[in-house]
Amino acid sequence: MSVKSPPAALTEESSAPIQKIDPAEKWRRLLMWPSVVPLLLWMIVPLAFTIYFSFIRYNLLNPAVSGFAWFQNYQFLVGDASFWPAILNTLLFIGAVLIITVVVGVLLAVLYDQDFFGKNVAMLLVIAPFFVMPTVSALIWKNMIMHPVYGSIALFLQNLGIAPVDWFADFPLVSVIIIVSWEWIPFSFLILVTALKSLDQEQKEAAAIDGAGPFTQFRYIVLPHLEKAIGVVVMIEMIFLLSIFAEIYTTTGGGPGNATTTLAYLVYALGLQQFDAGIASAGGILAIVLANIVSIFLVRMLAKNLSQAK
Amino acid sequence: MSKAAWSKIGLTILGWLIGAMFFYPIFYMAITAFKTEKGAYSPDIFFIPTLESFGEVFSRSDYFLFVRNSILISFGSTILCFILAIPSAYRMAFYPTQKSQSTMLWMLSTKMMPAVGVLIPIYIIWQWLHLLDTVTGLIIIYTLMNLPIAVWMSYTYFSEVPKGILEAGRIDGATATQELWHLLRPMTMPGLSSTALLLIILAWNEAFWSINLSSAKAAPLTVFIASYSSPEGLFWAKLSAASLLAVAPIMVMGWLTQKQLVRGLTFGAVK
Repeated sequence: MSVKSPPAALTEESSAPIQKIDPAEKWRRLLMWPSVVPLLLWMIVPLAFTIYFSFIRYNLLNPAVSGFAWFQNYQFLVGDASFWPAILNTLLFIGAVLIITVVVGVLLAVLYDQDFFGKNVAMLLVIAPFFVMPTVSALIWKNMIMHPVYGSIALFLQNLGIAPVDWFADFPLVSVIIIVSWEWIPFSFLILVTALKSLDQEQKEAAAIDGAGPFTQFRYIVLPHLEKAIGVVVMIEMIFLLSIFAEIYTTTGGGPGNATTTLAYLVYALGLQQFDAGIASAGGILAIVLANIVSIFLVRMLAKNLSQAK
Repeated sequence: MSKAAWSKIGLTILGWLIGAMFFYPIFYMAITAFKTEKGAYSPDIFFIPTLESFGEVFSRSDYFLFVRNSILISFGSTILCFILAIPSAYRMAFYPTQKSQSTMLWMLSTKMMPAVGVLIPIYIIWQWLHLLDTVTGLIIIYTLMNLPIAVWMSYTYFSEVPKGILEAGRIDGATATQELWHLLRPMTMPGLSSTALLLIILAWNEAFWSINLSSAKAAPLTVFIASYSSPEGLFWAKLSAASLLAVAPIMVMGWLTQKQLVRGLTFGAVK
């Protein structure tokens, strides 16, 4: 509710006939430069180089490797034994984290939308994981929570008489999914609980008077209201999750085998471990294409938002 | 008791239980930081606290270098972000043109480039420019990463300032600089300072670029903690102590700025 969107004057100037250009306007144009120029460079230069590198033979250690490679890098990338597993892992990973964070996020948002004792403090506890740096989350979970002998989960299962699980050996991808979900549930929760605040309470009360139970209310009032916010969560998370790296780097290093190698990790391994900048750039291009498909939708939605708010 | 009272008690228990579950790993880390290495492996909650592990973390010759780097990088990039963002935000909020809206969208869309897509060229360019493993190199990356958020947030806070106030100032003969400093600064300070907190948090916790672009000289705390991923012997208490120090100040900042977080991270799509 508090976000005041663009001022009403946003397009007024365009409709008014231009009579004379204010001399100060020339100077005001310069004010855009400090942010536009760096961002323009940031957008164009690395992208141009990624595209260029993806079409040449380029090894960081061996300058003798050179020349135009046409689509060979892409062929090598697709032919790499870890490529298809990495694509599959990326899809599984992003899909699972999205489902978990959105479902849990919605449930938590509904719960914390109710009034109870100490609600605001309890909410702080739920959002806390989002502020923990990724390397800390990964190592605390790997060593102290999921350790097969001393970890909290193992001790808990032992008390119940269930055999403990060696998480990172037997379920490596699941383990990474659990850690990343723990980090990102607070994000979806925070956004959804904020969105829920703008729900018209009278609508719910009216529905309750008409005899709608909590589930009917949830299905026909709460969920439709959250639709847009869920869309935002999904799109923003997808872009971030595509580059998830630290959690994998510090826990599994992409292994065992290539069980936790995602596209992001594969690009890192090809480029900065095997020093093949050409093939790694081809992988980078693939990631950019994937992210762009998502961001087209996101930008369209933001554009609608900006113009609606007029 | 009435049904409403019972359901409130039930909700209270459930809400706190879930909060406790989410916070448990952080709580566990926090108490383990005060244990001895030997004691760390038993799940006791009651023990005699010791600062031994903190002492060991501090005695690592390079510990304060990591802290210094983290502070320099996150504060440096945040200050730079504001220097670059404020003029444009001012322009778009008070003198908008037809192009303002699309410029803003374009800026936000630069955030949607996945880091991994440009890792290789940035690594190579940074090598050419001798920016690899330098604080400056990371400040540049984090500034570019956070600049769209800084412009967007400053813009929304400037837009909330009533137009009449600036006009009144102008009639009284205030120059643009005076306008910014005496009128806008006090009115937008609360919003801008929570934006600053958000940018500091994002830069402090960023681990993709820091791991890939820094090693010994410019490595921030994210990289320092990552060095515990190949442990030797008992290390839970040391890991916890180092982690607690790296996380605690940022978590407090995060709690203070949670409302702005939603605004900043969704670019205003959720209100």
